[in-house]
Amino acid sequence: MAEATSTRPMLQVRDLHAHYGESHVLHGVSFQVEQGQVVTLLGRNGAGKTTTMRAIMGVVPKRTGSVSSSGQELIRLPRHEIPRLGIGYVPEERGIFSSLTVMENLMLPPVVRPGGMTIAQIYELFPNLKGRDSTRGTRLSGGEQQMLAIARILRTGANLILLDEPTEGLAPTLIQQIGKAIVALKQLGFTILLVEQNFRFASTIADCHYVMEEGRIVDRIANDELSQNMGKLHGYLGV
Amino acid sequence: MFESIGISPQELFGQVLVGLINGSFYAILSLGLAIIFGLLNVINFAHGAFYMLGAFVAWLLLQQADVGYWWALFLAPLAIGLLGAVLERTLLRRLYQVDHLYGLLLTLGFALILEGSFVYKFGSSGNPYPVPELLRGGQDLGFMYLPNYRAWVVIASLTLCIGTWFAIERTRMGAYLRAATENPTLVENFGINVPVMITATFALGVALAGLAGVLAAPIYQVNATMGSNLIITVFAVVVIGGMGSILGSVITGVSLGLLEGVTKVFYPEASNIVIFVAMAIVLLVKPAGLFGQEH
Repeated sequence: MAEATSTRPMLQVRDLHAHYGESHVLHGVSFQVEQGQVVTLLGRNGAGKTTTMRAIMGVVPKRTGSVSSSGQELIRLPRHEIPRLGIGYVPEERGIFSSLTVMENLMLPPVVRPGGMTIAQIYELFPNLKGRDSTRGTRLSGGEQQMLAIARILRTGANLILLDEPTEGLAPTLIQQIGKAIVALKQLGFTILLVEQNFRFASTIADCHYVMEEGRIVDRIANDELSQNMGKLHGYLGV
Repeated sequence: MFESIGISPQELFGQVLVGLINGSFYAILSLGLAIIFGLLNVINFAHGAFYMLGAFVAWLLLQQADVGYWWALFLAPLAIGLLGAVLERTLLRRLYQVDHLYGLLLTLGFALILEGSFVYKFGSSGNPYPVPELLRGGQDLGFMYLPNYRAWVVIASLTLCIGTWFAIERTRMGAYLRAATENPTLVENFGINVPVMITATFALGVALAGLAGVLAAPIYQVNATMGSNLIITVFAVVVIGGMGSILGSVITGVSLGLLEGVTKVFYPEASNIVIFVAMAIVLLVKPAGLFGQEH
């Protein structure tokens, strides 16, 4: 049984379609993330990267196709049962609650599986959060809020993490710090799906990149073939 | 010193006590309204009807089944909480995606139906409810006579309010509630069943109103319109306090009750409108309410 699940990809998305009201935003997105990998979704603004994450998490309710985690189909599950499969979500807007303290924000997501990180381990990864327990969550700086948004997922035992633009709007030193944390998480065995505009940052931590355009995956580039594909990639991203 | 301005201390403290009692009811009811509005975005006009229903459940339990006050204090909120849960699951749930106004219209209609059927069945005159034996009598405090039941009501309501504040501000369930008030979708993305939490919150909010109804039964008489008389004032309290804060609605409720009581002593003609005058002034000076946050 355990053997059978371990050979299945940690996340498999097949022919995923999503709609916002009348407009059709995702047109059959397919990709997969193997256990222990860091995989990025690259693409211009509006290509459908964030929508893909939202469709996986059930935030976009109108969606069809298949999303499975370790072989378990989740597209028909109610929204609150998806994280119970061990999937943690760090949304683009970070989602730090202003009426909760830093500690309350950190402790908010319920533990879904055993084996989550302890508070001490989390502080080791994000020293900035230490000693801020009773501060209002939104009083933290943008970078600290991002760390808190990641940290609170690590406590829950989720082993697949969806990270939506963790470096957006952050200063270079903070980007470095978040990058280090992601590398550390990878070494700890977390599987990570990353949406990232900052391509240079993505190339330092990812195993493989999927390129999105107009709601479709148009290319898959392994990180070690990146240099040969630079020209093509510049074309996709328009940089 | 009071005599010099033509007011006996008995009268003043008597009205302060009445104000404190009314204020306690304002506080419990506005607290429930604020919690419900925060999470459900519904302005619950049926809150007064649930309060009336609480008093009636207590009265009917006594009349029909000889079940006394202390049981009623437990059974009435339970029954009303269940009714609230059914109302939320079957009707209110359908309105979260549309304008506030629809929730307001639905609950107002529900309140009118409930109140109308109680007037039809039981008439509109008051039905007395006896003070429970344990709380009869009173204390002579020297400057005034304090009936035991009234002291109990003030203590019980303040305990309820502080208990509710504690549950919301200091517990894990409370943190879920506050978080879901801000961003329900994200809270669901963490694995919390928000729809069930919404039902429970509505049920608890209206159960508080039902409990207030039982507490009120021996003081005011039990009648079908007791809720609609009170709820208008409670909405003024909510407007003055602002929707934002739990503690704010408690403080505002009690102080406005006191203000009303004291006005009755010094200028009785104004006692019915003083809260609305306060509301007008607060709206002019601080439109989001004393404890509310501007958006």
